[in-house]
Amino acid sequence: MPDKDISFILQSSPHLREKDSVPKIMYSVIISLLPAVFASLYFFRIRAVILLSCCIAASLLTEALVLWLRKMPLHSLGDGSAIITGLLLAMTLPPSLPLELAVIGAVVAIGIGKQVFGGLGHNIFNPALVGRAFLQTAFPVAMTAWIPPAMIKVNTATFATPLGNLKFQDAIVQGTLTPFKELFWGNVGGCLGETSSLALLLGGFYLLFRRSIDWRIPLGIILSLSIFTGIFWLANPEKYASPLFHLLAGGLMIGAFFMATDMVTSPITPLGAWIYALGIGAVVGIIRLFGGFPEGVMYSILFMNAFVPLLNRYTRPRILGERGKK
Amino acid sequence: MRAKTFPHGIHPFEFKELTAEKPLEPLPPPEKVFIPLLQHFGSPAEPLVNKGDEVALGQKIGEGKTLFSASVHASVSGKVLAVDHHLHPGGNPVPTVTVANDGEDRLVSLEKQDEDPFSLTPEEIRQKVKEAGIVGLGGAAFPTAVKLTPPQDKPIDTIIINGCECEPMLTADYRLMLEYPEDILKGGEIVRLATGAKRLIVGIENNKLSAFETLKKYAQNFKTEIALLKTKYPQGAEKNLIFALLQREVPRGGLPFDVGIVVQNVGTAKAIWDAMSQGIPLYQRAITVSGSGINEPKNLLVRIGTPFKDIVEFCGGLKNGADMLIMGGPMMGISQWSLDVPLIKGTSGILAWDSSPHALEYACISCSRCVRHCPMCLVPTQLMKFVKYENFSAAENWGILDCVECGSCQYVCPAKIPLVHWIRLGKNKVISLKRKKSA
Repeated sequence: MPDKDISFILQSSPHLREKDSVPKIMYSVIISLLPAVFASLYFFRIRAVILLSCCIAASLLTEALVLWLRKMPLHSLGDGSAIITGLLLAMTLPPSLPLELAVIGAVVAIGIGKQVFGGLGHNIFNPALVGRAFLQTAFPVAMTAWIPPAMIKVNTATFATPLGNLKFQDAIVQGTLTPFKELFWGNVGGCLGETSSLALLLGGFYLLFRRSIDWRIPLGIILSLSIFTGIFWLANPEKYASPLFHLLAGGLMIGAFFMATDMVTSPITPLGAWIYALGIGAVVGIIRLFGGFPEGVMYSILFMNAFVPLLNRYTRPRILGERGKK
Repeated sequence: MRAKTFPHGIHPFEFKELTAEKPLEPLPPPEKVFIPLLQHFGSPAEPLVNKGDEVALGQKIGEGKTLFSASVHASVSGKVLAVDHHLHPGGNPVPTVTVANDGEDRLVSLEKQDEDPFSLTPEEIRQKVKEAGIVGLGGAAFPTAVKLTPPQDKPIDTIIINGCECEPMLTADYRLMLEYPEDILKGGEIVRLATGAKRLIVGIENNKLSAFETLKKYAQNFKTEIALLKTKYPQGAEKNLIFALLQREVPRGGLPFDVGIVVQNVGTAKAIWDAMSQGIPLYQRAITVSGSGINEPKNLLVRIGTPFKDIVEFCGGLKNGADMLIMGGPMMGISQWSLDVPLIKGTSGILAWDSSPHALEYACISCSRCVRHCPMCLVPTQLMKFVKYENFSAAENWGILDCVECGSCQYVCPAKIPLVHWIRLGKNKVISLKRKKSA
């Protein structure tokens, strides 16, 4: 028996806790992005290496700098969230983007997208997409210059993404619409990490399996975009591409599984998540079919991010016992 | 048969194997017992003895005068040393009767029990239950006689005997079901008679299959249904158990009465039968002493008022480094700062272990796990924020008073936010604001 004046720790219940933690969740997202990272290395080789390392380093440095300016403890650098922002930003940039622009994007993503709001957990918009949106607006030419993957040898100076091809070059009439197989494997032009649907799906299913992300969000986006584009495709297949094309092309997969599912900027209630996801799918459809841009995933997610506080407020789940009469 | 359950909830590690196969052992009565006159939420019992009096085992020493108070009885025979304030596991000192054990266990002369307990009228049953000082032994220690007195306009159709024991580590109820199955079923039958209900259901989780089989075997002689439930925490929480078994929802702010149900713990059922068949008042209960900080984890039958120190010593003492001492289960139990506190009627277990290093707290990342796991379908993180920013009316609208403090949200929170702590604080504020308004 230990001596009498042993001191016990007093705390309020519960006294057990699960092992999972914020850093573990963040690192699981990084792991889930690895297939897409390898795909980008395979398709874009040295450009991918440079862009990825540049964005991650710039994100970490910006995070450290702002934390230091805010006199906050630096340990949150290790939580992995800044790495994810850098990684996701790089994945959504054109492979040929000049490095200084990538660095600007990362600084904006962390500085304005995240830290201005108070850091991890407090931001309203997806930081990586804030960085990308800034670049898209400030440097529209560099942000829409595409290079082909390393496997494709083309002589033309300009190279179009499958969606650009569809929108600006009448791909359906010309019969040059990118085949599904290429879209699925990722052997097409596009942003660094968005091209291979296969790699993104692998990572996405890992996150779903680990229950790190809400399944309603990818499912809702896919459903809503499929229905939206499906209606037009059925009405006029000569003019509109099939839902499957829209799902596999562009940034839909990376958006649905990795961007829209960002916990901080997505709703916490089940109904809120459904509305949010269906809204993203619909806005993507509207922009792609009728907007001035070939692609709309980024804007649609940022647009729906803005509604998240409102959605959380008005979609309180039904409390157990609310149905019964007292 | 498909095992039933309720939506949401969690699957914590069970750690039940430490004590599951250890039979209930009576703890030798200690030298001194400290019997608090208040062992639950409500008002204290009034002392019936004075310093220097001789008391017998089972003698009533405190009378529960008001509705929400229960009588207490001497758990040893001997001399009253003091009637004053003493430490209490609830945290604050309460009026307590201290009795020095003379080691004779002279039993008080019990009323003759020649009547068949099953022929008693509901009023007689309630009277005996009240006289025996029986309270809910699941942990909340709510006076049982109140639970057996449904309002006139709320007919009771079903009695549920709660054998879930969903808290990790605890196995005392499981042992009771294995060792006293008949007493539990008979006690349940008495509750059924007292309330005029038709059905009697015993709910058992499927991690306690042998208890299920045992009760099933004995239940053939009674009109009792034994239901198997899918193991999940907090299945034993009244409202969740009712939903799991009958898909009825107890209305917000309501009681099981409102949906025609009375829930009793298996230990309470046994105590009721003991009181009916032999007139024995509630002076001992089954507990589990467990955790990695206890040298020899055990299931025990312990006299009310026994200091924790005697109990822990009987179990080989604390291991070096054990710095957490919990009364109750690891999810809802109350942490203790002293081994001098006495066992009360609501003590379901005594647990000890060495605390893990303090986990770093992060800001909420809105992962929504607390929402997905809350058995009451609340939004714990939102409640936490409302309380933090003192928006108590919003907290009330979002159901802060519906929280049963089961701790599921805090268990799963990856940001390690003390959600239950915030919610408790908010509940207190909301209730006191409401009182002010109505005053």
